[in-house]
Amino acid sequence: MSKILSNHRMNEDFYLMRAEHQNDARPGQFYMLRAWGREPVLSRPISVFDADGDTVSFLYKVVGRGSAIFASLSADDEITLQGPLGNGFPNVTGKVAMVGGGVGIAPFYLAGKRLKASGVQVSIYLGFSGEPVLVSEYERAAGELVVKVGGFITDSVEPSDYDSIFACGPEVMMRSLYKKCKERGAADNLFVSMENRMACGVGACLVCSCKTADGNKKVCKDGPVFKGEAVFGL
Amino acid sequence: MSSLSVEFAGVTFKNPLVLASGTCGFGREYAEIFDIKRLGGLASKGLTLNARAGNEGLRIWETNSGIMNSVGLENPGVRAFIERDLDWVNGLGVVNIVNLGGHSIEDYIEGVRLLNSVKLDILELNISCPNVKAGGMNFGVKTELAREVVRKIRATCKHKLSVKLSPNAEDIVALARACEEEGADGISLVNTFLAMAIDLEGRKPVFGNTYAGLSGPAIKPIALRMVHQVAHSVKIPVMGMGGVVSWRDAIEFIMAGASIVQIGTGNFIKPDISLDIIDGIEAYLDAEGIGSVSEIRGIV
Ligand SMILES: Cc1cc2nc3c(=O)[nH]c(=O)nc-3n(C[C@H](O)[C@H](O)[C@H](O)COP(=O)(O)OP(=O)(O)OC[C@H]3O[C@@H](n4cnc5c(N)ncnc54)[C@H](O)[C@@H]3O)c2cc1C
Ligand SMILES: Cc1cc2nc3c(=O)[nH]c(=O)nc-3n(C[C@H](O)[C@H](O)[C@H](O)COP(=O)(O)O)c2cc1C
Repeated sequence: MSKILSNHRMNEDFYLMRAEHQNDARPGQFYMLRAWGREPVLSRPISVFDADGDTVSFLYKVVGRGSAIFASLSADDEITLQGPLGNGFPNVTGKVAMVGGGVGIAPFYLAGKRLKASGVQVSIYLGFSGEPVLVSEYERAAGELVVKVGGFITDSVEPSDYDSIFACGPEVMMRSLYKKCKERGAADNLFVSMENRMACGVGACLVCSCKTADGNKKVCKDGPVFKGEAVFGL
Repeated sequence: MSSLSVEFAGVTFKNPLVLASGTCGFGREYAEIFDIKRLGGLASKGLTLNARAGNEGLRIWETNSGIMNSVGLENPGVRAFIERDLDWVNGLGVVNIVNLGGHSIEDYIEGVRLLNSVKLDILELNISCPNVKAGGMNFGVKTELAREVVRKIRATCKHKLSVKLSPNAEDIVALARACEEEGADGISLVNTFLAMAIDLEGRKPVFGNTYAGLSGPAIKPIALRMVHQVAHSVKIPVMGMGGVVSWRDAIEFIMAGASIVQIGTGNFIKPDISLDIIDGIEAYLDAEGIGSVSEIRGIV
């Protein structure tokens, strides 16, 4: 069990939770979160928004009964954090674009911060449907920040300007970014974070399998980050 | 200290807790999380003769107190399991239960032949599979179809054989008796219940296959009733499962007549839930002054 340090509402539907938890989490990894007993049955996968050695934060959207329970928690309440899980984004060099749609922006705060610190030129593209959140935080994590409210954030990205492109968000967004990358001959530079429904979270049950060019992969264990080409190039 | 050790068809389990097929892979992932050597046994992911990619699209849907799954038996095939995982499982010191499915009698037989030549403790035969040669009719629904598979497999299988029943069977007691008559060493029950969910916005079923298998606490009272009926109708031992998530649930299954209790969906609630259940059973037996878990088997 981990102690919640803070849990704030950021806008209409985003919340930010920080909890005490020793970790070595990498950008793009996730945790299975649980703040209840046996019901609901499944724990909820949520990406690492930020992490230092002793705390971890999650940016989440309230969409159903699990996330509604998370939103009802306060500082000093307890939560079970299983993780960090999954592979995370690769350590790249040169110029990277990080493209987040909706709550898919979550992994790019830590990813931007870490890669920027290692000398990578980081551009972050955030697509919101409502009021933008955490803009000054993302500004600090990026060399360049593009924020768009409504419309398609992928329209703002020019894949050929970058050595690598990371994407997280609705599948339609990632697919259209893949197409754009492909047109520019940059498909090989695209990494996408998949959001399949999960049960065990550790690779045992195969309910989150994702069809890829190299056969079925477990999103929870082999992913959630895959080459865009492997997933959308089929 | 009470004894948790249990005999099942001549195989000794150090305690009655087994991880159910399909919820624990071949044990490797959970071995990284907790001491799986403390378990009584491990039932492998359902294998088929050849590798299967499983179903496309959505595979899991949460319900009130349960989940529905439509994995479609994604597995690496019997040969790959033997090459890559079998020795590892045998080295754990838990009862190695290998679960085998099939989509034709020939597939089952060929799978059994391959497994005959290797070491394992119990072959658990999953008959909740559609028979592609009989228009997709599930082997586990019709007593006579089940009888035929079990008879042919028994004639080939050198291992201890536990037949895993579908709760969707037309008459689960008659089907269990048929398995016993054809020489099964034990019965495992229940597999998942055929169920459904509808996507209102899309006005279509949530699952590509329309129906999917329901498991978890939602099914426990029905699973318990079926275990009770079957355990009181056959002489061969029973492994009971369906929604067990606490030591109290496990004791209920044992009192209903199960020798072994399997945990499936519970593993998703808490990966080491089975260790809590083992500890809970032991504490209960100690507190009640019951010398051995077998003393309360089938007392209800
Ligand atoms: C690797 C990964 C990282 C994620 N990171 C974040 C994040 O940082 N912030 C965030 O807000 N959300 C994230 N999600 C999505 C998040 O898991 C779902 O929004 C959440 O599980 C919904 O739970 P609920 O109980 O509120 O909704 P319900 O609809 O009641 O959930 C029912 C079931 O469906 C599952 N489910 C529903 N929607 C999704 C979804 N979009 N993706 C996966 N499973 C879903 C739930 O886990 C649960 O098992 C991530 C998903 C994955 C797979
Ligand atoms: C994700 C998942 C996969 C399963 N795969 C198999 C399988 O491959 N073979 C099998 O015999 N049963 C399979 N089952 C059924 C379980 O072994 C068990 O019989 C059922 O889930 C009821 O127990 P529970 O309520 O404890 O989960 C699966 C169940 C789940 C939830």
